[in-house]
Amino acid sequence: MPELTYLQAISDGLRTEMRRDKRVFIIGEDVGVYGGAFKVTLGFQEEFGHWRVIDAPLAETAIVGACTGAAIMGMRPVAEMQFADFISCAWDQLVTVAAKQRYRAGTPVPITVRLPSGGGFSGGPFHSQNPESSFAHIPGLKCVCPATPEDAKGLLISAIEDPNPVLYFEHKHLYRRIKAEVPEERYTVPLGKARVHREGDDVSVITWGAMVYTAEEAAQQLDGDGASVEILDLRTVMPWDKAAVLESARKTSKVLVLHEDTRTGGFGAEIAATIGEEAFEDLDAPVKRIAAPDTPVPFSPPLEKAFIPQVDDVVAGLRELVAY
Amino acid sequence: MAIAREAEPVGSLREVREAGLDREDLLGVYRNLLLTRGIEERGHILYRQGKIPGSFYTGRGNEGASVGVATAMGADDVGTPLHRDMGVHVVRGIEPWRIFAQYMGRADGPTKGKDGNVHMADSNLGLIAMVSHLPAMLPVAVGCALAFRIRDEKRVAVGWFGEGASARGDCHEAMTLAGVRKLPVVFVCDNNQWAYSTPSHLEFATEHVADRADAYGFEGIVVDGTDLLAVYREARRAIEKARAGGGPTLIESVTLRMEGHAVHDDAFYVPKEMFEKWAENDPLERFRTWLRQNADMSDEEEEEISGEVKKILNDALKRAEESPLPDISSLRDGVYATPEDLDTPHHK
Repeated sequence: MPELTYLQAISDGLRTEMRRDKRVFIIGEDVGVYGGAFKVTLGFQEEFGHWRVIDAPLAETAIVGACTGAAIMGMRPVAEMQFADFISCAWDQLVTVAAKQRYRAGTPVPITVRLPSGGGFSGGPFHSQNPESSFAHIPGLKCVCPATPEDAKGLLISAIEDPNPVLYFEHKHLYRRIKAEVPEERYTVPLGKARVHREGDDVSVITWGAMVYTAEEAAQQLDGDGASVEILDLRTVMPWDKAAVLESARKTSKVLVLHEDTRTGGFGAEIAATIGEEAFEDLDAPVKRIAAPDTPVPFSPPLEKAFIPQVDDVVAGLRELVAY
Repeated sequence: MAIAREAEPVGSLREVREAGLDREDLLGVYRNLLLTRGIEERGHILYRQGKIPGSFYTGRGNEGASVGVATAMGADDVGTPLHRDMGVHVVRGIEPWRIFAQYMGRADGPTKGKDGNVHMADSNLGLIAMVSHLPAMLPVAVGCALAFRIRDEKRVAVGWFGEGASARGDCHEAMTLAGVRKLPVVFVCDNNQWAYSTPSHLEFATEHVADRADAYGFEGIVVDGTDLLAVYREARRAIEKARAGGGPTLIESVTLRMEGHAVHDDAFYVPKEMFEKWAENDPLERFRTWLRQNADMSDEEEEEISGEVKKILNDALKRAEESPLPDISSLRDGVYATPEDLDTPHHK
């Protein structure tokens, strides 16, 4: 199996579907000649032509709305937001039109919106956000947050194949940092099925996206304490794998919910509440949340570092839980 | 200063024939026009009887324009009609009883009670259901046109919006994308001069909405929306131009909204003289007079058509009232689509 970066795996997944299915096309700002701001679609326009790799005007509403119309006409559109933050400009098209069309009018809208998200390199308030919780709250939308190259490919193919609007959050901090073996052939990873990233017995971390690796580093430090940490990578926050979360909670009886998005009303709150409702009797400690504080994402490195949950924060949280 | 072309009224039967409609077609158009008005008039009665939950909207004054544009569309063309465009649903062939069922929130309405009033469409008829956020359907219409262009199909999408909706960014973005890619889409602005209580001069600063088309790189046309045949002729030209690869057109059809924004609104803010003036140009009466003067529509033909329409409406009301209210077990159905849902004429 070839080793691919997370970014190459996304390209590979998209290319695989575009080669297999003529209905799939990509539209976004600078996705054509330039190959996308992060080069996910580098070389795509040469291979697929400018009517399947479409450089759009700077108009996110038109991009997502056009995807909706094309999808209803039988295409399988993929939109690229240059940054996840810019999806705010297309909120109405996603939330008002695409998300509700199946329920109220019986018309499925099979679109995929790719959202380069996450912070860690001084992108500031408008190039660093993780808005998955906002969309997970909207009935009719699905939210995918891959952490590994293998999942990045398989989940993207599943997203394109899915008959619903799917938001695919690709974490920018994983693009070139994370590399792993990825099968060459086409495969899918089901939406709504979590992955045990690391098995453990004493405490569970429920997380997704780039925080999987923060949790991993923290778990290694806990090994030195003699505590074994289980990491459950949710992979998709909507639908989310409630059964796997409850199973892990029952197994270790102590749970840390970790995400890079801000804390209040973040998706971790939903997970913590569900564990409280359905696994209360199995817990040996209160469910703990670690998330970004309730502020915009700051620009300056020390501020941003203080904003994004760090390995030390997770280590401290895990130690508290172990000692409880 | 106006930039858009101002369309001439339609004169003779010969001119209409050249535009693609023969006498038989015209009588069919008259039937559709009567049916359009009849559905909304009967809907109004249902509302007063307390049978329609929520509010009730009509397109009084816009029936000719909506029928005119829809008559110009081809069978494989698609559209995103709005709440003043009942004529589009009628021309495309929706069964009127399903509209009444929709109004009353019954299980047999196109949305099965999940949505109300004119927030509906039968996708098998090439129509996509509108949302309240006007003009959010314009980018969707552009997307349909994009699909046709990618697949090199000779099909056209028609997107409707109002002069009030022209103020929103969706309108600008949709026209920008359609213009730069020369997509096969026709934008139809139902300019009924009032966005709820706000008059046109507080919605846009140009003389016409259609003047903007020039800035997007395509043609703008202003047409009298009470002249069904003129609307038809301009829509037909624009649709065929788009089909031939000539890109988008913006048609502004000027009417007056002859009722309030919705049934609760008595439109006190519209000057009385304005209503009186536009009432002289009622689109239905205007077309009926034209048919009698130019196509020799006889008393017998007129009675036959109005009798047929009356029967359709009576039967439709009866059938709709027999339709059950939705079972609450359907509340959670269909939030997410299944792969089987994609088995439609369009999604294949």
